[in-house]
This record gives sequence, structure tokens and C-alpha cells, in this order.
Amino acid sequence: MAVNNNIGPNRLAVGAHYGLKDWLAQRVTAIVMAIYTVILLVAFFSAGNFSYEGWAGMFARQWFKIATFITLVGLFYHAWVGIRDIWMDYVKPVSIRLTLQAATILWLIGCAGWAAQILWRA
Amino acid sequence: MSEATKKRPQFRNIHIFQIAGYRLPLAGFISILHRVSGALMFLLLPLVLYLLELSLHSEDSFAYLKGFASNWFVKLIVLALSWAFLHHFCAGIRHLVMDYHIGLDKDSARKSAISVFAVSLTLSAFVAIKLFGGF
Repeated sequence: MAVNNNIGPNRLAVGAHYGLKDWLAQRVTAIVMAIYTVILLVAFFSAGNFSYEGWAGMFARQWFKIATFITLVGLFYHAWVGIRDIWMDYVKPVSIRLTLQAATILWLIGCAGWAAQILWRA
Repeated sequence: MSEATKKRPQFRNIHIFQIAGYRLPLAGFISILHRVSGALMFLLLPLVLYLLELSLHSEDSFAYLKGFASNWFVKLIVLALSWAFLHHFCAGIRHLVMDYHIGLDKDSARKSAISVFAVSLTLSAFVAIKLFGGF
């Protein structure tokens, strides 16, 4: 396809990878979350210690904190893509939609900060 | 005029309030419940983070969490969250497999939809029995 055929009324509105990055990110984060779920379940049930010591001890290790944080950030990105899809499908007035989308982003950034505080507060 | 700029028929999304009027195939229910469960988990995100905080902060907050989570209403919310997670997880795995163009024909899509409901609802039932003192 020659480049100058793609201007004005000839412009192709499809096939330009619109949304491909988010589509891919949603899948990659999904796989990360699925793997973390398995790690969490195996660590929790193999330790066999269901008291506070067992639970908090699991989260006391630095690699586990980092794995948890990566997963949570992935979850927030995943949620952003999903919630944005919902706003785009059901909220047609642009002003309301953009407000909701901005609020979603800010809210998820706040959640990421809170998650970091929960994990690393000794 | 190119094909892309001609007036084309529009296929709008089914609006959330029109859901009841549609007879969806089983895979359609998987799909809309995938969205519903995702939205539910998004809305309850602050609760989940709060519970995580209580569970990790100190021995006292852990003990407080135990009391908090023994309330029947909290148990119901935890059950709803568990179902949402299990459904979203199973339907998501189905989604990922289909992204590899596996099981796209009508018959296998229906079978995998049945499997998603079978697994997620069975595990949710176990969570419910565990929460409300069956074992």
C-alpha cells in the first residue's frame, strides 16, 4: 500500500493497529496475574501455616513484595483497559466519558500508591 | 470514494438495559458476565486493598480482620468477589485460548462456555460452603 494513497477520503480507518497495544497489554497482564495466582496459592497452602505469622511471613520476603507489586500494577493497567472499554461502550457524551476516564486513571494511580504503602510499611 | 468512507451499517453495542430482551447464546452470557465480574472487582478494589492492609499490618489488625470477616454481610461480599474472580479467571483463560484460534467453531465454543460455567460455579459453591461453615 503506497503511503500517499492513505490521505483524505482515501484514508483507511482500519488496519492501523488502533488499540493493539492495549489489547496486547491486557493479555500480558492477564497472564502475569494468572501466574501470580498460582504462586500465591502454592506458597500459601504448601507452608501450611494459616496464622498471622505464616501469612505475613510470606509477604515479608522482598521478592514476594516485588512480585505482588508487579502483579497489582499489572492488574491496575488491566482494569484501566477494561473500564475504559465500558465507558466507551455505554457513555456516549464525550465530556462525561472523558471525565470518567480521567477519574479512572487517577483512582488507579492512587490505588498503586496505596498498594506500595501496604506492602512496604514494615 | 473508498470503501472505508462509504455510509456503512452500524452495529451498536447492546445497551446494559436491553440485556433482558435478548436471547443470548451461552457464550454470550460468558461474555457479558466477564464484563460484569470485571466491573464488580473494580468497584470493590478499595475493599480488597483494605482487607490486604488489615491482614498484613499487624497481629492486632489481623485479629480485627477475622472478626470483620465473620460478619454474614461481609461474607456475602467476599463470596460475590470470589465468584467474580473465578468467572473472570476461567472466561479469561477461554479468551486467551481463543486468541490462538483454538475452539472458534460454534460447537467447541459452546462446549468451552459450558466448561467455564461448570468450573467457576463449582468452585464458587465450594467457597460458599467454606464461608458459611460447611467444612
